[in-house]
Amino acid sequence: MTATALTPAARKGVFDGPLSGVLGILGFLATWEVVCRTGLIDDRYIPPASTVLVTAIEYFGNPVFWAALGRTLSGWALGLLIAAGAAITVGILIGSSDFLRKATHSTIEFLRPIPSVALIPLAVLVFGTSLNSTLLLVIYASFWQILIQVLYGVGDVDPVADDTARSYRLGLVARVRYLVWPTALPYVMTGLRLGAAVALILAITAELVIGGGGLGELISLAKSGGAIDKLYALILITGLVGVVVNLGMRAIERKTLHWHISVRGETAV
Amino acid sequence: MSMVRKLGFALGLPTLLIAIWWVTTLNSTSFFVPKPRPLVDTFIETWFSERFMTDVVPSVTRFAIGVAVAIVLGIGLGLCIGTITWLRKLIEPVLEFFRAIPPPVLVPVLMLVFGVTDTMKISVIISGSIWPVLLNTVEGVRSVDSVLSDTCRTYRIGGASRFRYLVLRSASPQIMAGIRQALSIGLILMVISEMFASSSGLGFTIVQFQRGFAVDEMWSGIVVLGLIGIILSILFQFTERRVLRWYYAQREVQRGR
Repeated sequence: MTATALTPAARKGVFDGPLSGVLGILGFLATWEVVCRTGLIDDRYIPPASTVLVTAIEYFGNPVFWAALGRTLSGWALGLLIAAGAAITVGILIGSSDFLRKATHSTIEFLRPIPSVALIPLAVLVFGTSLNSTLLLVIYASFWQILIQVLYGVGDVDPVADDTARSYRLGLVARVRYLVWPTALPYVMTGLRLGAAVALILAITAELVIGGGGLGELISLAKSGGAIDKLYALILITGLVGVVVNLGMRAIERKTLHWHISVRGETAV
Repeated sequence: MSMVRKLGFALGLPTLLIAIWWVTTLNSTSFFVPKPRPLVDTFIETWFSERFMTDVVPSVTRFAIGVAVAIVLGIGLGLCIGTITWLRKLIEPVLEFFRAIPPPVLVPVLMLVFGVTDTMKISVIISGSIWPVLLNTVEGVRSVDSVLSDTCRTYRIGGASRFRYLVLRSASPQIMAGIRQALSIGLILMVISEMFASSSGLGFTIVQFQRGFAVDEMWSGIVVLGLIGIILSILFQFTERRVLRWYYAQREVQRGR
């Protein structure tokens, strides 16, 4: 009985395609609304969905909000860019030499798991509430994510292809350009995607804990002002920013790797 | 590779770095940069005292409870959602949205609901670290090999043994990847939840040192957090290698071909 329900043919139904996702979101919002309106949950703790949505939409007409969003995103983008540049350079350098790879392994494994929030007090002490504080945390957090992936990627170079490149006397630059980089690119993109998500978390955390403008500070202001609906609206918005960042990174990944088997395979089906 | 060479590679760079640090700070009077010798002294003085029991142990306990609950809940819910196709399609976008919310943002809300209690801190950790486990479990359940799944059905393996021997097994590499992320997010949230409002715990103590400009003590706290991160990563790698032994062996065979 249950077996028939699981066959692929049975899966095709009303709940197919993107429609079911939209239904899910609407259902979630409706449940939220009903639970609050009926008083199951005190609206001092969670305001109804409609109130939060209206407050969120009101934010879109507010220049202060756009300035804060701009500040958060610029800290995020700048930090990610610096981290990516550094991680890719260092990764290719270390990855291409067996000696460096072995010599740095223990140090990388030691520094990588250190939680970046441990650096918050240091950032406050050295940089205060300036953008540099955010940058320090964002760069530290995303650098390791990207570096590890670059190292995997460079290690994945096909030895036969490498020997071929050498027999054709491709120089170091040409080998990096035509062999190492294309091999490592899928890994680099994975690293960038993971790094982007972590960087966003750290950018907002830094603003939340340290201050210095941005969405994080708006949230801590809403909290200390007791503006519950604003608090929830801002959380909703940061979630949306997170979704947009994730989707954006996936789109970039698909675009840069359009030639790669993993992406080509996806579209062929 | 001989033992000596291995050791040389493992210790060479760290030794060199510490030597550089030691030499460059020999005559420095910089306020922010600690010197190696006093830092070690401060570290022992600060953390090998009753502070270990009052700050480190409660923090780590909250972390352990939070992450354990997140893992159990994540795998349980993930198995349900992953197996029921219509349910997965219905709520996957909502879950993706919750995953995308930077978890520290939830600290103010949870503070409001629970007040400044241990429950609040533990629920902050759960609310952040459940998503990678949950979504990875769903993804792992979804990508169960269809031939294996059909084989199970042919042999009438169903119910609990199907879950135990087929679904959980083939989802476990993905689940472990999710747990790895959950651990690092949990650690971040442990610190954040204490930085906000607390009277004990590692995060609180380190911020306290920073506000009092006790720079060496602050650095020693950062070292403690780093050490916790490293110990966790070693424990995780050990567990992963045991749990996924079959998986790595299988991959090696496939590569050898």
